[in-house]
Amino acid sequence: MPTSTSKYQYITCDPSKCMGCQLCEYICSYIKTGEFNTYRSRIRTVRAEEVLITAVACRTCEDAPCVIACPRDALTQDRLTGIVHVDANLCDGCAWCIEACDFGAISINPESKLAEICDLCEDEEDGPQCVKWCPKEALELTTPDRRAQKARHKLAVEEVLAR
Amino acid sequence: MHGYSGKILHIDLATRKTWAESKPEKWYKVYIGGVSMATRLCWENIEVGCDPLSPGNPICVAGGLFAGTPVPVGGKWGLASKSPLTHFIGDSLSGSWFAIALKRAQWDGIVIHGASEEWVNVLVDDGRVEFRPASHLLGLGTYETEEAIREELGDDQVRSATIGPAGENQVLFANVTNDSRQAGRTGHGAVWGSKKLKALSIRGTNGVTVFDPKTLLELSYDIVDAAQGPHTQKYRILGTVSNVLNMNRLGLLPTRNYQQGVFEHAEIVSGEYLHENYRVKTIACAQCPIACEQMSRAKDGPYAGAMSGIEYESLYAVSSNCGIGDMQAAIKIIDVCDRGGIDTMSTGVTISWAMETFEKGVFAKEDFKCAKYPEGFEPYFGNAEAGVTLAEMIRDREGIGDLLALGTRKASARVDAERGTETFKWAMNIKGLETPGYDARALKTFALGLAAGTRGACHNRTAAYDPDIKGEVDRFSVDETRGELAKSTEEYAAVYDTLPLCKFIRRCFTGKADRAGAWPAIAKLINATTGWDFDYDDVDLIGERAHTIKKAFNIREGWTRADDHLPWRWQNEPMEEGASAGHVVTEEELEYLKDIYYEAKGWTQEGLIPREKLIALGMDDVAEEIGV
Repeated sequence: MPTSTSKYQYITCDPSKCMGCQLCEYICSYIKTGEFNTYRSRIRTVRAEEVLITAVACRTCEDAPCVIACPRDALTQDRLTGIVHVDANLCDGCAWCIEACDFGAISINPESKLAEICDLCEDEEDGPQCVKWCPKEALELTTPDRRAQKARHKLAVEEVLAR
Repeated sequence: MHGYSGKILHIDLATRKTWAESKPEKWYKVYIGGVSMATRLCWENIEVGCDPLSPGNPICVAGGLFAGTPVPVGGKWGLASKSPLTHFIGDSLSGSWFAIALKRAQWDGIVIHGASEEWVNVLVDDGRVEFRPASHLLGLGTYETEEAIREELGDDQVRSATIGPAGENQVLFANVTNDSRQAGRTGHGAVWGSKKLKALSIRGTNGVTVFDPKTLLELSYDIVDAAQGPHTQKYRILGTVSNVLNMNRLGLLPTRNYQQGVFEHAEIVSGEYLHENYRVKTIACAQCPIACEQMSRAKDGPYAGAMSGIEYESLYAVSSNCGIGDMQAAIKIIDVCDRGGIDTMSTGVTISWAMETFEKGVFAKEDFKCAKYPEGFEPYFGNAEAGVTLAEMIRDREGIGDLLALGTRKASARVDAERGTETFKWAMNIKGLETPGYDARALKTFALGLAAGTRGACHNRTAAYDPDIKGEVDRFSVDETRGELAKSTEEYAAVYDTLPLCKFIRRCFTGKADRAGAWPAIAKLINATTGWDFDYDDVDLIGERAHTIKKAFNIREGWTRADDHLPWRWQNEPMEEGASAGHVVTEEELEYLKDIYYEAKGWTQEGLIPREKLIALGMDDVAEEIGV
């Protein structure tokens, strides 16, 4: 099971809360393309089995394998935010980045044939729109460290309650 | 035109020809989508008077106006054919991704004509149609078939509507299933089976555009927000199964084939008990911010591992109605139905008819021989294993399952003709469609709504239980207001079924579910999507038009006033216990109710539709054919 080692923020989904409505995909595709098209969403819901549902977007890995894999240096990672940017002039849609990504978080735009990656809605004032729209608060902008803090907190509460 | 592509796809399974038909904007303004458009396509393409299982009966798919947009609960589609169960219109709705794939493939509807010689999977790949062999998929359950097709095509975004073994075997109440949701009730699966259509798959890759996306997003955001509050609490927390204890309290919970309205084991087949003990997760259809499907798993005992989504209408049918006080058995029966592709309600009510027929001595143990029980078994009320086995036998048409696969009306008629019995007296159906989970002997407005129902005994098409149960009228008697109430509640439901929007969102627009609360908000959604100028009255007309095209279809197929009937039991046998004991709907009451209902609808005393009425609704060509 691959895990992100990122120090950067990324969008995570709590599978116990996600119920598969796909509103994140609608809103993402609209923000990025002006159309509602889940094929063009940079976050993807997955229903592995009827009750096993989650959503996946870019994990902003450190030393991102997609960036390393790109033979044309079309992908660059922002040092401050970890966001992976695609240079449309350099990308030729070879899909090596897709193969390099353990999370399946990159897709190819069926029209332009260029790679598309979640950019955490860095241009939107109120942050990632999928997080804003998620009706069950399953999506969250977080870091591995913050998740660990939460896990410790939850554990502590449970242990105290168990006494 | 926004919100529509303006094109209907026609597919002929016999000749393997396909063609596109353009429809004018005016046509869309009258029929909109969902059940209304699907019925209209059936009206245009059927061989009038045909056998529902013959090539002349078309499969008519209609998309949703809001499918593929962020409008909450708009991811739904409609399906219509002539029903093999009722021989009248069979119009159904289903939800989730299939509806969205259809929209993205840029077809407003699909009409499938004729019948194939070989089993076929029709793939609509945006603008291209491919006829793929499907014999290797035979015998696969509904979910398995969808998964197998995705695997075959190597694309997890392909969505399929499929039939299970029950549809292949032409069980008359077989379903069509997509994304674990069912286009249920009137036997679409049998129609697909008769055409050797195992699955209709869609790959839609285009984006969806609307007239005014900014406004549509703003409106949608507020509805999504409201859908997390008290207006949907019932559906989100317990789901529709919360009805079990409510109905039991009112003495309306169908028990032992509607012999009683109170079930002594109601507590252990209740929504509360399900939630506490067996619920795994609550999930949603695509495009739905509510999430109401209570996915539940049997934990131990003979049915351990069975998992299904539990709705009230499935639960009453296979538990209390069969005298079965065992939640894990109920989960198992529903699992058998959903994977096999049969309607849970008709299955439960047909099994309860068989149980009563056994208890009354018409059927004997030997009648229930099967591979699992070569000596037969005794399907008395409460025998959970008999319930499970009978559902499997119906699915496979094994042994007596072959008879039960005909539904209560045809099965009882056959038994009564062969044995000189009167089992029709406990065959619980209207127009051949099995009755829902509210005993209408003591819900007299609802009794009218069901009797008049264009697809038979359907609680989804008439919401006339509402005034009865809320106490807005005296549910035990009849009066002159009921005709108007039956009209108004069925047309209210038809607006949602046509757009389509799931009715569970009805309070989330303004907090009030009535027309004044919902119609102006729905008009705004329609206008932002299409650029039209709909107002309250236009929205209201959607429902009347939808109901009228369904009724017109039935009239052309030979409907008469006598077809608006009730099951014998509801007219002749009062219940003995509980809060609804002592009531029946007398013949005099029923005929009076029909009189005032036809009057409220603006129809003739015989229930036919005047020519002027049809013209006023924009259905001139329908007026030509059936107007009086």
